[in-house]
Amino acid sequence: MRRIISVLLENEPGALSRVVGLFSQRNYNIETLTVAPTEDESLSRLTVTTSGSDKVIEQITKQLNKLIEVVKLVDLTEGAHIERELMLVKLKATGSQRAEIKRTVDIFRGQIVDVTSSVYTVQLAGDSDKLDGFIQAVGTSGVLEVVRSGVSGIARGEKVLSL
Amino acid sequence: MELLSGADMLIRSLQDEGIEYIYGYPGGAALHIYDALFRQDKVKHILVRHEQAAVHMADGYARATGKPGTVLVTSGPGATNTITGIATAFMDSIPMVVLCGQVASTLIGEDAFQETDMMGVSRPVVKHNLSVRHPEEIPEIIRKAYYIAATGRPGPVVVDIPKDMTTPNERYEYLYPKKVKLRSYNPAIRGHAGQIKKAVDMMLAAKRPIIYAGGGVILGKASDLLTELVRMLGYPITNTLMGIGCYPASDKQHLGWLGMHGTYEANMAMHHSDLILCVGARFDDRVTNATEKFCPGARIIHIDIDPASISKTVDADVPIVGPVDAVLKEMLSLVRESKEKPDSDAIASWWKQIDEWRAFHGMRYETSPDVIKPQEVIEMLCRLTNGEAFVASDVGQHQMFAAQYYKFDKPNRWINSGGLGTMGFGLPAAMGVKLTHPDDEVLCITGEGSIQMNIQELSTCKQYNLPVKIINLNNQALGMVKQWQDMNYESRHAESYMESLPDFIKLAESYGHRGVRIEKKEDLETKLKEVLAMKDDLVFVDIYVDRFEHVYPMQVARGAMKDMWLSKTERV
Ligand SMILES: Cc1ncc(C[n+]2csc(CCOP(=O)(O)OP(=O)(O)O)c2C)c(N)n1
Ligand SMILES: [Mg+2]
Repeated sequence: MRRIISVLLENEPGALSRVVGLFSQRNYNIETLTVAPTEDESLSRLTVTTSGSDKVIEQITKQLNKLIEVVKLVDLTEGAHIERELMLVKLKATGSQRAEIKRTVDIFRGQIVDVTSSVYTVQLAGDSDKLDGFIQAVGTSGVLEVVRSGVSGIARGEKVLSL
Repeated sequence: MELLSGADMLIRSLQDEGIEYIYGYPGGAALHIYDALFRQDKVKHILVRHEQAAVHMADGYARATGKPGTVLVTSGPGATNTITGIATAFMDSIPMVVLCGQVASTLIGEDAFQETDMMGVSRPVVKHNLSVRHPEEIPEIIRKAYYIAATGRPGPVVVDIPKDMTTPNERYEYLYPKKVKLRSYNPAIRGHAGQIKKAVDMMLAAKRPIIYAGGGVILGKASDLLTELVRMLGYPITNTLMGIGCYPASDKQHLGWLGMHGTYEANMAMHHSDLILCVGARFDDRVTNATEKFCPGARIIHIDIDPASISKTVDADVPIVGPVDAVLKEMLSLVRESKEKPDSDAIASWWKQIDEWRAFHGMRYETSPDVIKPQEVIEMLCRLTNGEAFVASDVGQHQMFAAQYYKFDKPNRWINSGGLGTMGFGLPAAMGVKLTHPDDEVLCITGEGSIQMNIQELSTCKQYNLPVKIINLNNQALGMVKQWQDMNYESRHAESYMESLPDFIKLAESYGHRGVRIEKKEDLETKLKEVLAMKDDLVFVDIYVDRFEHVYPMQVARGAMKDMWLSKTERV
């Protein structure tokens, strides 16, 4: 099953490489990984999406917790949560395609953030399925370049991941 | 407050940490540190002949004393030479701090002379590593390094020290922190009371219980508590290769050790048990054999300081995360107070069954009138040293024979590379023990393959007068490899013979030691006695043993715990 694990990590050089190293060392799978400092500049927040049996996921969280620089972590998929990913896509946009693309972008609540005579650059945020859905809708033949941020997530409601 | 250079702060920190010995080898990036070392005499430095040996020495010291070992090396090749030693310590959770010189911070990333990314190279085999970014941080980093290495589940910590952090004429205020606090590192200090209660209830209700103890008991200094609990319950106990000595081997409740080359009775009792109390062990593949066939009727209680060890390979029914001593103490008082008592009829018939298993195999081996059997060498050594020697072993058949036939009644005396299985570990580890236990008998049990992996340390032994006894069970082959080839590759001995062995006697003599060769069975006892009487000399004892011997019992690959070869021809 796909999981979203959110980690508070000491914002120190080398901490990230320990997390990434752990995944490759123990043969765990990383689908996406995002990391950035938080409002407390001594901490980074890292989100990793991974998949595996319950036993593997249990090991992943335990092994992550064992890293000295991991301060706290939560498996967001254990409760209600919000997940978001940002995507920037360059699409071939000439002639009648231009109106068609514009309509699809509106349906997906995206924005065209850059325009040339033959190219639209679209920005889209949502969960990973929605981003996949957009690519399917516009058709891969017109896609020139895709860049995705990887998943960020947060729990719904009052629950917070903080010190 | 005092003003000190980074290098002086480093050495002062070691003094304040109470470090007696460091094992190391100098080089460019570590020279400021070596100079600081030279100008004091509290911390003694032992100059090895290869950095790997420095780490094994620190490791041997740590295993025998329970205190973290310390290593000092230079950058680049000095640092990379430590990796096998660090990985060895990591696999067996041995506390140590490895101080590595590094090129100046201004040169890092430029492929400078003797630059290696030691933080990156060591990362997968350390508990943690730390890099010095400002000289002022040195005392705190050293304090942290020892704290992390020695607490929780212990392990090696590397400290990377760029040369400009130790510059002599730049001085800073020195203050050694009494305590460190890490918000992200809080090892458990006691087990969950409810879980412990549940475990004790299960233990008292069991009909075929067994205690399976591991190296965690020794690392956690809980041998006495474990022994008390096991005696109070009257249950059988087995331990892992790493747990040897955590319970007296000569006691009748002890079934010997378990796993691939464990005793018949220990493996049988595990397989047929209805309750396993695992204390500080990790269900490693050399113990469990095929996990899907592992102990089908047993419920499992697992005590470990490391939550990640629990339910990693075999699921625990009652996990207890905590230090073994604290948990065992609580268990003891619960057992003592409990109105429930062990089911004496069930336990008596369980023991009857176990005693039958014991009688069936009993660690027998065939003897011969003229060939020296490796097993009998070990049995004789055990007798001649009253089972009280420190035995550091290398890796191979001789290691298994030593573990099987030397009976350890005390913890910290059996010193071997269990997790990584590092040939070359034995001699330097024995040296690390001898240095701090000059009045104890320290044996290095080795093979002609393993000993050659760190034989250069004979020179270090001369320099520091370390009269260990090297017992070379010379079967003129990489015996363990050859055994596998006999069993699985129709005796095709690919590269498992050692041709052109050196004359070990002359070799030892050339280093200034003594050598004794034993070829005839009738000489064995007299010569071993003579060797043990040479208290002040390192003696290299080259014993020609049966070249065709195999280690048994041996679990059948991918079988259950109970599936074993008992000799070359008997399989159960
Ligand atoms: C550094 C290292 N290389 C290879 C091995 C694989 N290996 C395990 S036992 C063994 C043979 C050891 O030979 P020897 O020291 O003569 O011991 P014996 O088995 O003959 O008693 C080998 C090569 C190892 N454990 N460690
Ligand atoms: Mg050999």
